[in-house]
Amino acid sequence: MKKLINDPLKVADELVEGLVDAYNGECKFVGSRSIVKNDIPDGKVSLLVGGGSGHEPIYHGLVGRNLADGAACGDIFAAPPPNIVFEATEEVNRGNGVLYLYGNYAGDVLNFDLGAELSDDEDIDVRTVLIWDDVCSAPPTEKDKRRGIAGLVPIVKMAGAASQVATSLDELEAAARKAVLQTRSVGVSMSPGSIPATGKPTFEIEEDQIGLGMGIHGEPGVGEIPMTTADELTPKMLDLVIEDFEKDDEVEPLTPGDDVLVFINSLGATTMMECLIVLRKVKAELTAKGISIYDVMVGPLTTCQEMSGISISLTRMDDELKRYWEMPCQSVCFSKMEGRYGGQK
Amino acid sequence: MPKEYLTIDETRDMMLVVADKIIEAEPILTDADRALGDGDHGIGMERGMTAVKEALDGNEFPCVGKVFMGVGMAMMSSMGGASGAVFGTLFRSGGKALKDAESLDGAGVATFWKEGSENVMSRGGAKPGDKTMVDSLVPAAEKSAAATGSVSEALIAAAMGAVAGRDASEDMIATMGRAKTLGEKSLGKPDAGCVSVAIIAETMRDFIDS
Repeated sequence: MKKLINDPLKVADELVEGLVDAYNGECKFVGSRSIVKNDIPDGKVSLLVGGGSGHEPIYHGLVGRNLADGAACGDIFAAPPPNIVFEATEEVNRGNGVLYLYGNYAGDVLNFDLGAELSDDEDIDVRTVLIWDDVCSAPPTEKDKRRGIAGLVPIVKMAGAASQVATSLDELEAAARKAVLQTRSVGVSMSPGSIPATGKPTFEIEEDQIGLGMGIHGEPGVGEIPMTTADELTPKMLDLVIEDFEKDDEVEPLTPGDDVLVFINSLGATTMMECLIVLRKVKAELTAKGISIYDVMVGPLTTCQEMSGISISLTRMDDELKRYWEMPCQSVCFSKMEGRYGGQK
Repeated sequence: MPKEYLTIDETRDMMLVVADKIIEAEPILTDADRALGDGDHGIGMERGMTAVKEALDGNEFPCVGKVFMGVGMAMMSSMGGASGAVFGTLFRSGGKALKDAESLDGAGVATFWKEGSENVMSRGGAKPGDKTMVDSLVPAAEKSAAATGSVSEALIAAAMGAVAGRDASEDMIATMGRAKTLGEKSLGKPDAGCVSVAIIAETMRDFIDS
């Protein structure tokens, strides 16, 4: 794999430096390796995200206007150490509490929890909401074992909007929890990405197989199935998402009349062409079930280098989540206007 | 001649030797982790212990606990990932439990391993038998607690426990971390975290003889 990099051990540092340059003054590089907005108002309830690097644009590309206030960035595919989490926490804190919102991976939980303890020593009020949208990683009764994948993009977007209007950490936490609860994803992988420092693949899979439910680092999912067409695969993936809403006692099943936000994510190498072909089938399937598409996101927002694969995320939208979604937002990697496609605004 | 206790400076020097030993063992740790995990444990520990040397070398500490806490903070902030958090927790919590003691005696060694292992378990959620570093930490804590007396006896006992735990981990099936996806294929090889803990405990024991 040809990678346009310098010192392989400095990849994460240099990409965050580049990201700060891309923000052109809107954000700054903080401490060992964090990125934080420059204009966080006093008294704001702050939103901090973060995780391993190498999955750009998440998480650090989701810092921006009406999005996250900062991101603690780990090394490639590794959780940020506690001191980085703490440095970012101190920098985003405006005295009204900080919400940590990140994907449920053991390394991230360990390090963010330690970062929260260091922050607590400095009397910063920290709360944590974990993202666990990957329905193939564990049954609904074991959500603590579920991984966070592409669903984190709409979740962070809506939490970022909620953080603009929240008057307390309780309010922001409740909004983020609702967005997490209503967002479910299924992913497939077709070929691995590579580790930038070594060039080695992140996992192995046969040329003629697809990993159904496989995680973004090659974690096992439902199982491997023979390579197939977009129209054969899409309903299988979508059914797993819809079934999860049915099986989980904590949410209502999706029913005709529900509004959902649809997100088709590419893991990196899967093209927009393929994403659109899948989207077209998702739309047909949802329409047949009477579920209406409220808005659509499509593109490579949660990636693993040149991994090929795709995920489908659905978020059931109520009035509150719609308000958060319709707020405009802007970052180097993800921006949207006010309102929604096909809406009145 | 068994030593009754270690001074603050001796404790620091012991941890500097531990750091060198772990750095030297990088290929062993890498191989151990490649068999079951993602193969980054050796590099991570090397990075952590290089930071430990920077944090300890030539520095004075007010008590022995702060030496261990310095080790923990250096590992935690340089390694990242799950192993930085758990090894950092081991040394930070083990050191914190020694309060302001100005020497390390047998009881102090037992306290270090006991508090360290309990905090690693509560932080990481691993239990004995899950094929993690806990399988070396818990026997190190138990053996050193049973060895009442000098620091020499406690360090010998802790090393015995850690090594026995490492060997026992070969017969365990991984249920945590990346290795859990291997299931029964994880049998026959020791956990890489146990390999590290055994090297740490053995080096602490050998420091007394040197």
